[in-house]
Amino acid sequence: MEYCLNIGILFCIYAMLALSLNLAVGLSGLISLAHAAFYGIGAYAVAILMSDHGMSFWSALVVGMMLNGILAFAVGKILSKFNGDYYAIVSAGLSVIVFSVLLNFKSLTHGPLGIYGIGKPQIAGYTFFSSGSFLMLALLCATLFYVIFVLLDKSSFGRTLKGLREDEELTVCLGYKTLQYKSFAFTLSAIMAGVAGSFFASYIAFIDPTSFQLGEGIFFFTMITVGGLSSAFGSIVGAALLLILPESLRFLGLPYETAAQIQQLIYGALLVLMMAFRPQGLFGKYRM
Amino acid sequence: MRLKEIINTYQSLDEGLMHERMDMFQSGLDAIATEHLSKSFMGIKAVNDLSISFPKGLVTGLIGPNGSGKSTLINLITGLLKPDAGSIVMRERAYPFIKPYKLRKFHVARTFQDSRLFEQLSVEDNLLLAVAENKIWKGLRELKTDKYKQRLERILVRTGLLEHRFKKAEELSYGLRKLLEIGRALIQDADIYIFDEPFTGLSPKMVEEVFSIMDLLRVEAKTVILIEHNMTLIEKLADYIIVLDHGTLLANGAPKDVLKNKQVQEAYLGV
Repeated sequence: MEYCLNIGILFCIYAMLALSLNLAVGLSGLISLAHAAFYGIGAYAVAILMSDHGMSFWSALVVGMMLNGILAFAVGKILSKFNGDYYAIVSAGLSVIVFSVLLNFKSLTHGPLGIYGIGKPQIAGYTFFSSGSFLMLALLCATLFYVIFVLLDKSSFGRTLKGLREDEELTVCLGYKTLQYKSFAFTLSAIMAGVAGSFFASYIAFIDPTSFQLGEGIFFFTMITVGGLSSAFGSIVGAALLLILPESLRFLGLPYETAAQIQQLIYGALLVLMMAFRPQGLFGKYRM
Repeated sequence: MRLKEIINTYQSLDEGLMHERMDMFQSGLDAIATEHLSKSFMGIKAVNDLSISFPKGLVTGLIGPNGSGKSTLINLITGLLKPDAGSIVMRERAYPFIKPYKLRKFHVARTFQDSRLFEQLSVEDNLLLAVAENKIWKGLRELKTDKYKQRLERILVRTGLLEHRFKKAEELSYGLRKLLEIGRALIQDADIYIFDEPFTGLSPKMVEEVFSIMDLLRVEAKTVILIEHNMTLIEKLADYIIVLDHGTLLANGAPKDVLKNKQVQEAYLGV
């Protein structure tokens, strides 16, 4: 039972990440590989502020959101000038920079040793310590993200994002300041990824920089590519599939190293197959 | 033959409006003008010190041989290209460069030589993007499109796209794509319409539809800039003609006079 609850919590965290990334990639066409960085910043904000400064989860979460918001807004301004492949490369650069900071700024992040004993959220004296209660909280947040995505998708703002994804110059000609739209979408997406990171840190109770490498960003990218671009439901399906798939390898009784390698092989094969046969993903509405 | 009949019908319908239109022309009001506008690409002057004006409320045919600078001029006017020198006059104010997002504010709508659509969006969404809220915060709150419904239905009917409204743009035939692009311009209810070769590649039936749309804009006294190679259509639709050659003004004036101009015939018609 505990195992199922843990899988459920991880699923909610991945779903939050997939929804946030799909907002940038699927809805807006911003091929961001920087999500591992924002995920990491959210996680480290909670870890540092709760463990080293005794702040509550919620205050630390808000600080993490603000940090991500400011960073994403600043970086988004630069990134907005790029498109397609260039956007992906520059955003990957950001991911590498943040990873290096997390690894080397030891006085703040404890470097490769990571941070232990990260606390759990509390509301009115109740601590979400048990897996069941934490799952409820994570599920609530994931549901909120789902609703945000659906509303954005339905709104005129969402239609504009889809327009600039298709043809930015044409969207400008129709009266939209697309740089502002791109920057806004990227910032919102980064804030959402940070929230997922905060939940992850609090749930795992220990984090180190390896959880926030560029490879993680590619893993998140695989989730939405498989599940479906520009689709809230696709994000959820992608998160579930990529969580369940490696978990199922556990039951094959393979040695850890072999299982890890097979896992990478499966992710790679999935990406290639999806791009070749169903570029919009299983439930996607948009083809890259 | 059929096309000629249609054109003649429309022409006769317009006779009554001719005096009014000539008055408008003689009032000397310009919808758009350029002043010493220049643009070069790798040393080749696509638009060269060009000073012209497009009269308000009239259909202006912008003609010239391939590479004469017509599309470059339109891209300069609509901000897709930045001029090397000169200015664009819009609403009696000169601008060194028009930011393309301001076209909506200036009530200017355009189409492109090769149809540009939001390929993976539905016909409806393609049209709605031209009129929906363009401010971020207001756009976030705009979850329903009821207030555009009447406009949307009218354009869908007028362009014959009603039955295709939920199709993706990429699923449409060549002619329907042209109509969708024209519809996207029309739904903006603009003051100035710029159509870049709207008849090219269309079947006679589609030409008929597009012709009727253009003609209605004439009746509504909208300013229309029409780039077109079909001289029959230009002669029947345009109140005024501007001829470009090598990025400069070759001739301008009433169609009958311009098309008789020897220089025009040599440069463009090859006579």
